[in-house]
Amino acid sequence: MIAARGLAKRFGDRRVFRDVELALGDGEFLLVTGPNGSGKTTLLRVLAGLAAPSAGALELPARHTIGYLGHSPQVYRELTALENLTLFGRLYRVPERAERVGMLLERFGLWEVRHERVSTFSRGMRQRLGLCRVLLHEPSLLLLDEPYNALDAQGAELLDGILDEPRTLVVATHEPQRVEHRATQRLAFA
Amino acid sequence: MSYVADVGALARKDLLLELRAKETLPSMLLFVVAALAIFHFALPRGAGDTAALGLLWSALIFTALLGLTRAFVAEREQSMFDALVLAPCDRSAIWLAKALAVLAFLAAAEVVALPAFAAFFSGIGGRTIAAVALADVGIAAVGTLFGAMAVAGRARELLLPLLFLPMAIPIVVGGVGGYLWFLVLYDAIFVILAWATFEYVVAEI
Repeated sequence: MIAARGLAKRFGDRRVFRDVELALGDGEFLLVTGPNGSGKTTLLRVLAGLAAPSAGALELPARHTIGYLGHSPQVYRELTALENLTLFGRLYRVPERAERVGMLLERFGLWEVRHERVSTFSRGMRQRLGLCRVLLHEPSLLLLDEPYNALDAQGAELLDGILDEPRTLVVATHEPQRVEHRATQRLAFA
Repeated sequence: MSYVADVGALARKDLLLELRAKETLPSMLLFVVAALAIFHFALPRGAGDTAALGLLWSALIFTALLGLTRAFVAEREQSMFDALVLAPCDRSAIWLAKALAVLAFLAAAEVVALPAFAAFFSGIGGRTIAAVALADVGIAAVGTLFGAMAVAGRARELLLPLLFLPMAIPIVVGGVGGYLWFLVLYDAIFVILAWATFEYVVAEI
Protein backbone atom coordinates (compact mmCIF):
# COMPACT_ATOMS: atom_id res chain seq x y z
CA MET A 1 0.00 0.00 0.00
CA ILE A 2 2.77 2.45 1.01
CA ALA A 3 6.49 1.99 0.43
CA ALA A 4 9.02 4.64 1.41
CA ARG A 5 12.79 4.48 1.23
CA GLY A 6 15.08 7.14 2.66
CA LEU A 7 12.23 9.63 2.86
CA ALA A 8 13.23 13.13 3.95
CA LYS A 9 11.58 16.52 4.11
CA ARG A 10 13.15 19.93 4.53
CA PHE A 11 11.71 23.44 4.60
CA GLY A 12 14.63 25.58 3.52
CA ASP A 13 17.44 24.97 6.01
CA ARG A 14 15.15 23.27 8.49
CA ARG A 15 15.13 19.47 8.39
CA VAL A 16 11.72 18.08 9.41
CA PHE A 17 12.56 14.37 9.13
CA ARG A 18 14.98 12.13 7.29
CA ASP A 19 15.68 8.46 6.53
CA VAL A 20 12.09 7.33 7.01
CA GLU A 21 11.64 3.75 5.83
CA LEU A 22 8.12 2.33 5.48
CA ALA A 23 6.56 -0.80 4.06
CA LEU A 24 2.89 -0.73 4.92
CA GLY A 25 0.71 -3.53 3.59
CA ASP A 26 -3.07 -3.73 3.20
CA GLY A 27 -4.91 -3.58 6.51
CA GLU A 28 -1.88 -2.51 8.54
CA PHE A 29 -1.92 0.22 11.15
CA LEU A 30 1.01 2.62 11.40
CA LEU A 31 1.12 4.67 14.57
CA VAL A 32 3.19 7.85 14.29
CA THR A 33 4.10 9.43 17.61
CA GLY A 34 6.17 12.37 18.73
CA PRO A 35 5.89 15.74 20.43
CA ASN A 36 4.38 18.82 18.78
CA GLY A 37 6.48 20.06 15.88
CA SER A 38 8.36 16.79 15.46
CA GLY A 39 7.18 16.24 11.86
CA LYS A 40 4.10 14.00 12.25
CA THR A 41 1.79 16.31 10.29
CA THR A 42 4.37 16.85 7.55
CA LEU A 43 4.86 13.09 7.18
CA LEU A 44 1.12 12.57 6.83
CA ARG A 45 0.89 15.33 4.21
CA VAL A 46 3.73 13.66 2.29
CA LEU A 47 1.97 10.28 2.54
CA ALA A 48 -1.26 11.89 1.31
CA GLY A 49 0.58 13.26 -1.72
CA LEU A 50 -0.09 16.83 -0.57
CA ALA A 51 3.59 17.66 -0.11
CA ALA A 52 6.53 16.39 -2.09
CA PRO A 53 9.40 14.73 -0.21
CA SER A 54 12.76 16.51 -0.40
CA ALA A 55 14.55 13.18 -0.86
CA GLY A 56 13.84 9.47 -1.04
CA ALA A 57 11.48 7.23 -2.95
CA LEU A 58 7.78 6.94 -2.20
CA GLU A 59 5.08 4.67 -3.61
CA LEU A 60 1.50 5.65 -2.87
CA PRO A 61 -1.90 4.31 -3.90
CA ALA A 62 -4.13 6.28 -6.29
CA ARG A 63 -5.36 9.66 -5.03
CA HIS A 64 -9.02 8.64 -4.94
CA THR A 65 -8.32 5.77 -2.53
CA ILE A 66 -6.84 8.07 0.13
CA GLY A 67 -8.78 9.71 2.94
CA TYR A 68 -6.88 12.44 4.78
CA LEU A 69 -8.03 14.31 7.86
CA GLY A 70 -5.60 16.99 8.96
CA HIS A 71 -5.41 19.04 12.14
CA SER A 72 -8.63 20.88 11.30
CA PRO A 73 -11.85 19.13 10.15
CA GLN A 74 -11.57 20.68 6.66
CA VAL A 75 -15.22 21.56 6.17
CA TYR A 76 -16.69 24.90 5.03
CA ARG A 77 -18.06 26.77 8.04
CA GLU A 78 -20.67 28.74 6.10
CA LEU A 79 -22.14 25.63 4.49
CA THR A 80 -24.46 23.22 6.28
CA ALA A 81 -23.32 19.71 7.19
CA LEU A 82 -25.42 18.32 4.33
CA GLU A 83 -24.09 20.84 1.79
CA ASN A 84 -20.49 20.05 2.78
CA LEU A 85 -20.90 16.30 2.37
CA THR A 86 -22.95 16.64 -0.83
CA LEU A 87 -20.22 18.84 -2.37
CA PHE A 88 -17.42 16.44 -1.47
CA GLY A 89 -19.53 13.44 -2.43
CA ARG A 90 -19.82 14.96 -5.91
CA LEU A 91 -16.08 15.78 -6.14
CA TYR A 92 -15.08 12.32 -4.83
CA ARG A 93 -17.48 10.58 -7.28
CA VAL A 94 -19.39 8.80 -4.52
CA PRO A 95 -22.04 6.50 -5.99
CA GLU A 96 -25.54 6.72 -4.43
CA ARG A 97 -24.38 9.94 -2.81
CA ALA A 98 -27.54 10.89 -0.94
CA GLU A 99 -27.80 7.48 0.76
CA ARG A 100 -24.10 7.46 1.71
CA VAL A 101 -24.24 11.01 3.07
CA GLY A 102 -27.39 10.22 5.06
CA MET A 103 -25.89 7.03 6.47
CA LEU A 104 -22.72 8.82 7.66
CA LEU A 105 -24.64 11.73 9.19
CA GLU A 106 -26.80 9.23 11.09
CA ARG A 107 -23.79 7.21 12.21
CA PHE A 108 -21.95 10.28 13.54
CA GLY A 109 -25.02 11.74 15.24
CA LEU A 110 -25.32 14.74 12.91
CA TRP A 111 -28.53 13.90 11.06
CA GLU A 112 -30.70 16.17 13.20
CA VAL A 113 -28.42 19.17 12.53
CA ARG A 114 -27.76 18.43 8.85
CA HIS A 115 -29.39 21.70 7.72
CA GLU A 116 -27.46 23.86 10.18
CA ARG A 117 -24.36 25.79 9.25
CA VAL A 118 -21.09 24.31 10.46
CA SER A 119 -20.20 27.69 12.03
CA THR A 120 -22.83 26.93 14.69
CA PHE A 121 -21.28 23.54 15.50
CA SER A 122 -19.03 22.80 18.47
CA ARG A 123 -15.44 21.71 17.72
CA GLY A 124 -16.36 18.11 18.44
CA MET A 125 -19.27 18.22 15.97
CA ARG A 126 -16.96 19.71 13.32
CA GLN A 127 -14.48 16.92 13.94
CA ARG A 128 -17.26 14.35 13.49
CA LEU A 129 -18.26 16.03 10.23
CA GLY A 130 -14.61 16.00 9.14
CA LEU A 131 -14.56 12.24 9.77
CA CYS A 132 -17.75 11.86 7.70
CA ARG A 133 -16.03 13.75 4.88
CA VAL A 134 -12.96 11.50 4.79
CA LEU A 135 -15.07 8.35 4.96
CA LEU A 136 -17.49 9.43 2.20
CA HIS A 137 -15.66 7.71 -0.65
CA GLU A 138 -14.75 4.63 1.42
CA PRO A 139 -10.98 5.11 1.18
CA SER A 140 -8.77 2.05 1.49
CA LEU A 141 -6.01 4.18 3.08
CA LEU A 142 -6.94 6.51 5.91
CA LEU A 143 -4.47 9.12 7.18
CA LEU A 144 -5.58 10.75 10.42
CA ASP A 145 -3.76 13.55 12.20
CA GLU A 146 -4.69 13.77 15.90
CA PRO A 147 -8.15 12.34 15.13
CA TYR A 148 -9.34 12.31 18.76
CA ASN A 149 -8.96 16.10 18.96
CA ALA A 150 -12.10 17.71 20.42
CA LEU A 151 -14.12 14.47 20.39
CA ASP A 152 -16.22 13.67 23.45
CA ALA A 153 -16.49 10.11 24.84
CA GLN A 154 -19.24 9.16 22.38
CA GLY A 155 -17.34 10.64 19.43
CA ALA A 156 -14.16 8.84 20.50
CA GLU A 157 -16.09 5.56 20.61
CA LEU A 158 -17.38 6.18 17.09
CA LEU A 159 -13.82 6.79 15.95
CA ASP A 160 -12.68 3.58 17.68
CA GLY A 161 -15.27 1.77 15.57
CA ILE A 162 -13.85 3.35 12.40
CA LEU A 163 -10.32 2.31 13.35
CA ASP A 164 -11.51 -1.29 13.87
CA GLU A 165 -12.76 -1.53 10.26
CA PRO A 166 -10.54 -3.37 7.79
CA ARG A 167 -8.47 -0.71 5.99
CA THR A 168 -4.90 0.57 6.04
CA LEU A 169 -4.41 3.26 8.64
CA VAL A 170 -1.78 5.84 9.48
CA VAL A 171 -2.58 7.71 12.68
CA ALA A 172 -0.42 10.50 14.05
CA THR A 173 -0.90 11.45 17.68
CA HIS A 174 1.04 12.74 20.65
CA GLU A 175 -1.27 10.70 22.92
CA PRO A 176 -0.87 7.14 21.62
CA GLN A 177 -2.48 5.30 24.57
CA ARG A 178 -5.91 5.01 22.93
CA VAL A 179 -4.71 3.38 19.71
CA GLU A 180 -1.42 1.71 20.65
CA HIS A 181 -2.93 -1.78 20.88
CA ARG A 182 -4.11 -1.58 17.25
CA ALA A 183 -0.72 -0.64 15.79
CA THR A 184 1.11 -3.16 13.63
CA GLN A 185 3.95 -0.70 12.97
CA ARG A 186 5.28 2.27 14.91
CA LEU A 187 7.26 5.32 13.96
CA ALA A 188 8.44 7.60 16.74
CA PHE A 189 9.72 11.11 16.03
CA ALA A 190 11.91 12.76 18.62
CA MET B 1 -19.98 16.39 -18.48
CA SER B 2 -18.57 15.47 -15.11
CA TYR B 3 -16.06 18.34 -15.39
CA VAL B 4 -18.85 20.85 -15.99
CA ALA B 5 -20.82 19.44 -13.04
CA ASP B 6 -17.73 19.74 -10.80
CA VAL B 7 -17.21 23.36 -11.87
CA GLY B 8 -20.89 24.06 -11.28
CA ALA B 9 -20.84 22.52 -7.79
CA LEU B 10 -17.67 24.41 -6.80
CA ALA B 11 -18.87 27.76 -8.21
CA ARG B 12 -22.23 27.32 -6.47
CA LYS B 13 -20.33 26.72 -3.24
CA ASP B 14 -18.35 29.96 -3.67
CA LEU B 15 -21.46 32.01 -4.41
CA LEU B 16 -23.26 30.43 -1.44
CA LEU B 17 -20.33 31.22 0.87
CA GLU B 18 -20.42 34.87 -0.19
CA LEU B 19 -24.21 35.06 0.02
CA ARG B 20 -24.02 33.90 3.62
CA ALA B 21 -20.82 35.55 4.84
CA LYS B 22 -21.34 38.82 2.89
CA GLU B 23 -17.68 39.72 3.27
CA THR B 24 -16.40 40.38 -0.24
CA LEU B 25 -19.06 42.03 -2.39
CA PRO B 26 -20.16 44.75 0.08
CA SER B 27 -16.50 45.76 0.52
CA MET B 28 -15.99 45.89 -3.24
CA LEU B 29 -19.12 48.01 -3.75
CA LEU B 30 -18.22 50.45 -1.00
CA PHE B 31 -14.64 50.71 -2.25
CA VAL B 32 -15.48 51.36 -5.90
CA VAL B 33 -18.12 54.00 -5.13
CA ALA B 34 -15.83 55.72 -2.61
CA ALA B 35 -12.92 55.65 -5.06
CA LEU B 36 -15.02 57.18 -7.85
CA ALA B 37 -16.30 59.87 -5.46
CA ILE B 38 -12.71 60.72 -4.45
CA PHE B 39 -11.62 60.82 -8.10
CA HIS B 40 -14.60 63.09 -8.90
CA PHE B 41 -13.36 65.71 -6.45
CA ALA B 42 -9.67 65.14 -7.20
CA LEU B 43 -9.92 65.54 -10.98
CA PRO B 44 -9.42 69.18 -12.03
CA ARG B 45 -12.30 70.91 -13.82
CA GLY B 46 -11.93 70.76 -17.55
CA ALA B 47 -10.01 67.48 -17.52
CA GLY B 48 -10.89 65.43 -20.55
CA ASP B 49 -12.99 62.27 -20.80
CA THR B 50 -9.86 60.16 -21.33
CA ALA B 51 -8.52 61.23 -17.92
CA ALA B 52 -11.84 60.28 -16.31
CA LEU B 53 -11.81 56.95 -18.15
CA GLY B 54 -8.31 56.29 -16.80
CA LEU B 55 -9.58 56.82 -13.27
CA LEU B 56 -12.50 54.43 -13.90
CA TRP B 57 -10.05 51.72 -14.93
CA SER B 58 -7.85 52.40 -11.88
CA ALA B 59 -10.89 52.09 -9.62
CA LEU B 60 -11.96 48.84 -11.30
CA ILE B 61 -8.50 47.26 -11.05
CA PHE B 62 -8.13 48.07 -7.35
CA THR B 63 -11.70 46.91 -6.66
CA ALA B 64 -10.87 43.64 -8.37
CA LEU B 65 -7.72 43.36 -6.26
CA LEU B 66 -9.82 43.79 -3.13
CA GLY B 67 -12.08 40.95 -4.24
CA LEU B 68 -9.16 38.74 -5.21
CA THR B 69 -7.51 39.06 -1.79
CA ARG B 70 -10.70 37.49 -0.34
CA ALA B 71 -11.13 34.83 -3.04
CA PHE B 72 -9.36 32.00 -1.22
CA VAL B 73 -9.97 33.08 2.38
CA ALA B 74 -12.30 30.16 3.19
CA GLU B 75 -9.86 27.66 1.67
CA ARG B 76 -6.93 29.16 3.59
CA GLU B 77 -8.58 29.66 6.97
CA GLN B 78 -10.36 26.31 7.00
CA SER B 79 -7.50 24.34 5.37
CA MET B 80 -9.83 23.36 2.54
CA PHE B 81 -7.18 23.11 -0.16
CA ASP B 82 -6.06 19.69 1.10
CA ALA B 83 -9.57 18.28 0.83
CA LEU B 84 -10.14 19.83 -2.61
CA VAL B 85 -6.77 18.84 -4.05
CA LEU B 86 -7.12 15.22 -2.92
CA ALA B 87 -10.45 14.86 -4.71
CA PRO B 88 -10.18 12.83 -7.91
CA CYS B 89 -11.69 15.64 -9.99
CA ASP B 90 -9.59 17.69 -12.41
CA ARG B 91 -7.82 20.37 -10.35
CA SER B 92 -8.39 22.99 -13.01
CA ALA B 93 -12.09 22.76 -12.09
CA ILE B 94 -11.19 24.42 -8.76
CA TRP B 95 -9.61 27.34 -10.65
CA LEU B 96 -12.41 27.66 -13.18
CA ALA B 97 -15.13 27.65 -10.52
CA LYS B 98 -13.30 30.24 -8.44
CA ALA B 99 -12.66 32.40 -11.52
CA LEU B 100 -16.39 32.26 -12.38
CA ALA B 101 -17.27 33.34 -8.85
CA VAL B 102 -14.76 36.21 -9.05
CA LEU B 103 -16.26 37.16 -12.43
CA ALA B 104 -19.73 37.26 -10.87
CA PHE B 105 -18.50 39.51 -8.03
CA LEU B 106 -16.77 41.84 -10.51
CA ALA B 107 -19.89 42.05 -12.67
CA ALA B 108 -22.01 42.82 -9.60
CA ALA B 109 -19.58 45.56 -8.52
CA GLU B 110 -19.63 47.06 -12.02
CA VAL B 111 -23.43 47.12 -12.13
CA VAL B 112 -23.05 49.79 -9.43
CA ALA B 113 -19.70 51.26 -10.53
CA LEU B 114 -20.58 52.11 -14.13
CA PRO B 115 -23.75 54.10 -13.35
CA ALA B 116 -21.82 55.79 -10.51
CA PHE B 117 -19.11 56.74 -13.02
CA ALA B 118 -21.76 58.10 -15.39
CA ALA B 119 -23.19 60.18 -12.54
CA PHE B 120 -19.83 61.53 -11.35
CA PHE B 121 -18.16 62.04 -14.73
CA SER B 122 -19.73 61.39 -18.12
CA GLY B 123 -21.83 58.82 -19.89
CA ILE B 124 -20.40 55.44 -20.84
CA GLY B 125 -20.45 54.10 -24.36
CA GLY B 126 -21.04 50.54 -25.51
CA ARG B 127 -17.35 50.16 -26.35
CA THR B 128 -16.34 50.87 -22.75
CA ILE B 129 -18.92 48.40 -21.43
CA ALA B 130 -17.60 45.76 -23.84
CA ALA B 131 -14.03 46.54 -22.76
CA VAL B 132 -14.97 46.20 -19.07
CA ALA B 133 -16.68 42.86 -19.73
CA LEU B 134 -13.64 41.55 -21.62
CA ALA B 135 -11.27 42.88 -18.97
CA ASP B 136 -13.25 41.06 -16.25
CA VAL B 137 -12.48 37.72 -17.90
CA GLY B 138 -8.73 38.42 -17.90
CA ILE B 139 -8.77 39.81 -14.36
CA ALA B 140 -10.67 36.77 -13.05
CA ALA B 141 -8.38 34.31 -14.88
CA VAL B 142 -5.04 35.85 -13.87
CA GLY B 143 -6.17 37.06 -10.44
CA THR B 144 -7.56 33.67 -9.40
CA LEU B 145 -4.33 31.94 -10.39
CA PHE B 146 -2.22 34.45 -8.46
CA GLY B 147 -4.67 34.33 -5.56
CA ALA B 148 -4.05 30.60 -5.24
CA MET B 149 -0.28 31.14 -5.46
CA ALA B 150 -0.45 33.80 -2.76
CA VAL B 151 -2.28 31.42 -0.39
CA ALA B 152 0.89 29.37 -0.06
CA GLY B 153 3.11 32.35 0.68
CA ARG B 154 3.79 33.82 4.10
CA ALA B 155 3.50 37.42 2.88
CA ARG B 156 0.29 36.70 0.97
CA GLU B 157 -1.20 40.20 1.40
CA LEU B 158 1.92 41.58 -0.26
CA LEU B 159 2.38 38.84 -2.84
CA LEU B 160 -0.98 39.13 -4.60
CA PRO B 161 -0.69 42.86 -5.49
CA LEU B 162 2.94 42.35 -6.51
CA LEU B 163 1.95 39.56 -8.89
CA PHE B 164 -1.37 40.91 -10.08
CA LEU B 165 -0.81 44.64 -10.65
CA PRO B 166 1.97 44.30 -13.28
CA MET B 167 -0.23 41.80 -15.13
CA ALA B 168 -3.12 44.29 -15.00
CA ILE B 169 -1.18 46.97 -16.91
CA PRO B 170 -2.07 45.52 -20.35
CA ILE B 171 -5.73 45.38 -19.26
CA VAL B 172 -5.66 49.10 -18.41
CA VAL B 173 -3.90 49.90 -21.70
CA GLY B 174 -6.50 47.93 -23.64
CA GLY B 175 -9.38 49.32 -21.62
CA VAL B 176 -8.48 53.02 -21.75
CA GLY B 177 -7.57 52.78 -25.43
CA GLY B 178 -10.70 50.77 -26.22
CA TYR B 179 -8.64 48.09 -27.99
CA LEU B 180 -11.17 45.25 -27.78
CA TRP B 181 -9.10 42.91 -29.99
CA PHE B 182 -6.19 43.35 -27.56
CA LEU B 183 -8.39 42.42 -24.59
CA VAL B 184 -9.74 39.37 -26.45
CA LEU B 185 -6.15 38.28 -27.13
CA TYR B 186 -5.15 38.86 -23.49
CA ASP B 187 -8.15 36.82 -22.29
CA ALA B 188 -7.44 33.96 -24.69
CA ILE B 189 -3.77 33.71 -23.71
CA PHE B 190 -4.20 33.99 -19.95
CA VAL B 191 -7.33 31.87 -19.63
CA ILE B 192 -5.47 29.00 -21.35
CA LEU B 193 -2.27 29.60 -19.35
CA ALA B 194 -4.06 29.81 -16.00
CA TRP B 195 -6.24 26.79 -16.76
CA ALA B 196 -3.22 24.70 -17.74
CA THR B 197 -0.91 25.75 -14.89
CA PHE B 198 -3.29 25.69 -11.90
CA GLU B 199 -2.57 21.99 -11.37
CA TYR B 200 1.07 22.84 -10.62
CA VAL B 201 0.23 25.86 -8.47
CA VAL B 202 -1.82 23.76 -6.03
CA ALA B 203 0.54 20.78 -6.15
CA GLU B 204 2.04 21.75 -2.79
CA ILE B 205 -0.03 24.37 -1.00
